Amino acid sequence: MLDPYLKEALVARLTAWADDEVVLAQRLSEWVGHAPILEEDIAIANLAQDELGHAKVWLELRQELDGSDPDHLVFFRDPLEYQNAVLVELPKGDWAFTMVRQYLFDAYENLWLKEAAQSAYPPLAEAAGRILKEEKFHLRHSSLWLERLGQGTEESHRRAQEALDTLFPYVRQLFQLLPTDEALVEAGILPDLRALEAPYLEEVEARLERVGLRPPQGGYVPKSRQEHTEYLWSLLAEMQSVARWDPEAKAW
Amino acid sequence: MVKLRIGYPEDPDYGERLAEFEARIARGEKIEPGDWMPAEYRRQLIRMISQHAHSEWVGMLPEGAWIPRAPSLRRKLILLAKVQDEAGHGQYLYHAAETLGITREEMVAALLSGKAKYSNIFNYPTLTWADVGIIGWLVDGMAIKNQTMLAQCSYGPYSRAMVRICAEETFHHKQGKEAVLLYAKGSRKQRQMVQDALNRWWWPTLMMAGPHDTDSPHTPLLLRWGIKTKTNDQVRQEFLNEHVPELLEAGLRIPDPHLRYDEKTGNWIHGPIPWDEFWKVINGEGPMNRQRLLARRRAHEEGRWVREALEAYAQRQLAQAAD
Ligand SMILES: [Fe+2]
Ligand SMILES: [Fe+2]
Ligand SMILES: [Fe+2]
Repeated sequence: MLDPYLKEALVARLTAWADDEVVLAQRLSEWVGHAPILEEDIAIANLAQDELGHAKVWLELRQELDGSDPDHLVFFRDPLEYQNAVLVELPKGDWAFTMVRQYLFDAYENLWLKEAAQSAYPPLAEAAGRILKEEKFHLRHSSLWLERLGQGTEESHRRAQEALDTLFPYVRQLFQLLPTDEALVEAGILPDLRALEAPYLEEVEARLERVGLRPPQGGYVPKSRQEHTEYLWSLLAEMQSVARWDPEAKAW
Repeated sequence: MVKLRIGYPEDPDYGERLAEFEARIARGEKIEPGDWMPAEYRRQLIRMISQHAHSEWVGMLPEGAWIPRAPSLRRKLILLAKVQDEAGHGQYLYHAAETLGITREEMVAALLSGKAKYSNIFNYPTLTWADVGIIGWLVDGMAIKNQTMLAQCSYGPYSRAMVRICAEETFHHKQGKEAVLLYAKGSRKQRQMVQDALNRWWWPTLMMAGPHDTDSPHTPLLLRWGIKTKTNDQVRQEFLNEHVPELLEAGLRIPDPHLRYDEKTGNWIHGPIPWDEFWKVINGEGPMNRQRLLARRRAHEEGRWVREALEAYAQRQLAQAAD
């Protein structure tokens, strides 16, 4: 059993992970029906389902802790309450932007999930292990796209590099701790994300170099998960529009 | 692509081959890609299968628009899976058509130029979330009736694609029905929304089965060669007999004042279908024809550099493997 402070801390952490997944799935789902080839319509619909499924897993773990309703959290929380990283809320951009973001995020997920699978909190360890299996496929898919774009045509290389220039600074936000995370790390429930940043950068930079892409120097790094861009409001407004349209509806 | 120049009535062995071919169909044998077939059989199948593939692909648009707005995690997951299935159907069907000697590029070009048709139903807009439920139940319901019939088709690859597709459509049908029944018993706004969706989709759905048999010149030949095994009116009748009682049971009103049950035949008989509208829409004057085509063209144009990159990458891999 978790003590109340750890419980609250874990609730906050699970929510942040879920928010990342919900918002990313929303961006991915904007492609469905509009991908460059039919095969990628299939792949991206599948990807969006997986990411949304992960959000559901995290919110169900949260539900076990505090009884909160996952749908209510997703569809009735306001933008300022969302705890997602900025990386995932940026507009979908072109195919290069979407795939470079996916690669950067999948690489991050693979890394921390592997650690979280050893969590001292068994439900988290079990869920992380399960999700990791899917994330391995995601990483394979997005790494392959990174390579195709980096080593395809001059245009694809240029677009991938531009996407990387915009996106790369934001990955550093993913390794920041929430104010309550420290206690979870100490209790062995949460991997120390700060310690994963260096191995992440090493792995990702090596791969980028292999496909002929250069990580940019510097750039703005959001300081906490309270920070957002002006794109989040409209993303959530659309996502929540049906659910909020009828306050009398008891079920959807 | 080398075009096959066989199976024409002027060929010396046409009569003999045709008799053999028709005997195989009469015995219930499947015709396979390498087999002899009349050129007209090939042409009709290419027309039907490619139209069917385009319908799956274009059909992703009206429902896909609601993925970002689905009102619960469960509905969003279901809709994502459904639209993904439709893309998969498009993919099998393009493959099935390719076995007849046409390429995906040729089919796509025909769609984008506006020359090829796709199911008329997708030229209507999805105005509210309830449309997603009604499409799942009724539009997929009609598609299932048609596709169950096509699963008996004499052309092996089409028939097999249909078997696989029907299994998935049955799932969509169940999920659509479940949503509609829930909203029909839901809040005031939900009930209004679902009734409104039914009002708008009812006639276009009935028209999906195609013109009446008396106005369907291809039908006799298609039946004779086992490409179709039921007529348009038969398919429509099956749809009505299954869905009318269930819609009424759900407390929904069907927007056809002439709809009646015929005790003698056990059939639900519909009133006059607005065919004028059907012909207008099929000839490009529907509410969303232009938007659907523009969306497909935009995705094609915006994806061009991606496809070029894929091609260049594949070439490079091949060259490296050869070294
Ligand atoms: Fe994920
Ligand atoms: Fe992922
Ligand atoms: Fe389908």
